[in-house]
Amino acid sequence: MDFLTIISNTLGELIAPTTAAYVLAAIGLNIHFGMTGLMNMGQAGFMLLGAYGFAITQSMGANLFASVCAAVALAVIYALLLGIPTLKLGPDYLAMVTLAAAEIIRIIGRSTAMTKITGGSAGISPQDFTTQFEGTSPLPNGSTTFLLWTYNNNIANSWWLRLVAWVLVAIAALLCWRWFHSPWGRVLKGIREDENAIRSLGKNVTTYKMQALILGGIFGAFGGIIFVLPRSVQPDSLGRAVTFYTWTILLLGGAATIFGPILGSCLLWVLLTFVKEIMRGAIPDTLISSNQVEALGWVIVGVALMCLVIFRPQGLLGDRKELAFNA
Amino acid sequence: MPESKPFQDLAKWATKAPEGEKLISTAYRDKVSADLEFVEHTPGVHKPDPILVANNVTRKFGGMTAVDVKHFEIERHGITALIGPNGAGKTTFFNLMTGFDTPNTGDWRFDGHDMAHVQPEKVARMGMVRTFQLTKVMSRLTVLDNMLLGAPVQPGEGMFRSLIPGLWRKQEKANTEKAEALLERFLLIKKKDDFAGSLSGGQRKLLEMARALMSDPQLVMLDEPMAGVNPALKQSLLEHIMSLREEGTTVLFVEHDINMVRHIADWVTVMAEGRIVAEGQPKSVMEDPAVIDAYLGANANIDLGDDSVLGLKESEEQR
Repeated sequence: MDFLTIISNTLGELIAPTTAAYVLAAIGLNIHFGMTGLMNMGQAGFMLLGAYGFAITQSMGANLFASVCAAVALAVIYALLLGIPTLKLGPDYLAMVTLAAAEIIRIIGRSTAMTKITGGSAGISPQDFTTQFEGTSPLPNGSTTFLLWTYNNNIANSWWLRLVAWVLVAIAALLCWRWFHSPWGRVLKGIREDENAIRSLGKNVTTYKMQALILGGIFGAFGGIIFVLPRSVQPDSLGRAVTFYTWTILLLGGAATIFGPILGSCLLWVLLTFVKEIMRGAIPDTLISSNQVEALGWVIVGVALMCLVIFRPQGLLGDRKELAFNA
Repeated sequence: MPESKPFQDLAKWATKAPEGEKLISTAYRDKVSADLEFVEHTPGVHKPDPILVANNVTRKFGGMTAVDVKHFEIERHGITALIGPNGAGKTTFFNLMTGFDTPNTGDWRFDGHDMAHVQPEKVARMGMVRTFQLTKVMSRLTVLDNMLLGAPVQPGEGMFRSLIPGLWRKQEKANTEKAEALLERFLLIKKKDDFAGSLSGGQRKLLEMARALMSDPQLVMLDEPMAGVNPALKQSLLEHIMSLREEGTTVLFVEHDINMVRHIADWVTVMAEGRIVAEGQPKSVMEDPAVIDAYLGANANIDLGDDSVLGLKESEEQR
């Protein structure tokens, strides 16, 4: 068993683009759920739309900025479509609608009728949409070793992508911090606590909820772009499971906190990789096959998460006092 | 006299008035009682200077008619009490007037503006602010944050403007000063950094009322402001409500505490089974046989905890 490989693989998850993608998605969900109390059960839908918006326009030859705008625009339209009929109803309706809508997007995306645009279930392959992004890199060609990790500078799962992803995370966290401590954030938290009270104080609750839904969705779309850049756009890789991972990350780190999503995402993926690597190294293949290791890894992490929810229900960074008054 | 902005001097007043000193001015009280003196004591009577006028407001829940108000007016600058037995439709009527519920028929005007089908948030912004019978405080926000949410003007409540503190810091400071003055007045200043969820039931009532006053409303509608408030605090709440009148705010309140109604109300409206059954000045309404039948009961003036009354009941039961 090579400990250095295990350590470097495990810690590599700390800075992986996918981890950053989940952080962005969880930050979006934090605006929905942590701040406003909106039960968005379809964050993967926002991510997939963002990914499609970016990749399809890229493959058609649009420039990078236009593609990002397209991804954001799709997320905004999607949020409006979801929000207009459901935001006036109770929170459970939004949960159902978002869950279903995310599935609709995935199923439409993978349908054969859409093969020309979305590539159907095979998706859009990286060479169709990543070249421009890789071309913008100021880094020299080749690969670089930094501490334990060696990655290509510019291509696919690269240092350049890591840099962009974590800068985006930093910007998102900064914006969130600003919003959390502003009067706007206060109104959102008020809506989370009691909608009708906020209404009786003259605030247009539906507008605020819509703003929150759109904003969180935009972060989700950015998460989707980062998620697909090191791989390909595969509708099935952005399904329900991704939504639930995002929820896990948010609750693990602590809802309504700034660093909760970051800590949650890093911890979840590092923990998962660590458990899997250890099992691969320590348990002989004849006893547990590598497929089973994959599943067993989730089982172990799942049990750990259950313990966390039981013994620290506010998440790692959450404020216990905030939960104590949860009527 | 501060006609349009009744609370513009509130901060000054709250900090300068010596402890325990009552308001000296009785200008509005005198005006209102002079105005109401010759108003007939019949349900749905017209008043000299109404701020709210409602016509034919009905609300049905299935086959049950919860509210059926033919005509109702609230005198400007007055304290109007709305009393009636449980289930009389008082709270439903509140909900209808403030846009939280939609009536089956009817229209009403507030200060000359047609208010039917107006959203609750717009009703509040037009100067008609309410509190709830079951208090609604934002439990996981601090008391001060609860108050600041009541402030009518805060540019930082826009999504983009909120990102630039320079645009809203000044207003925030002004709002905070006003909130602290109100909290001081409502004896909550020591609690301002605690979560509102840690307040007792009575303190929540106070917080809700103070929060409603943040926007300098023209008309406050208080739904049972005294329920669950201890006697000493009740006394100071009464004074608060009376001082509201002197600052030019019109007050409508629902209350079951008859002594309080008698003490501060300029006008009493009695509802029963959704209808207005009596109206008038407190003294005469309390003697109205219809009101005694529907609401007060024959023992209204007797303290039911009194030993002699208890003895009376026991002897009745023995027989």
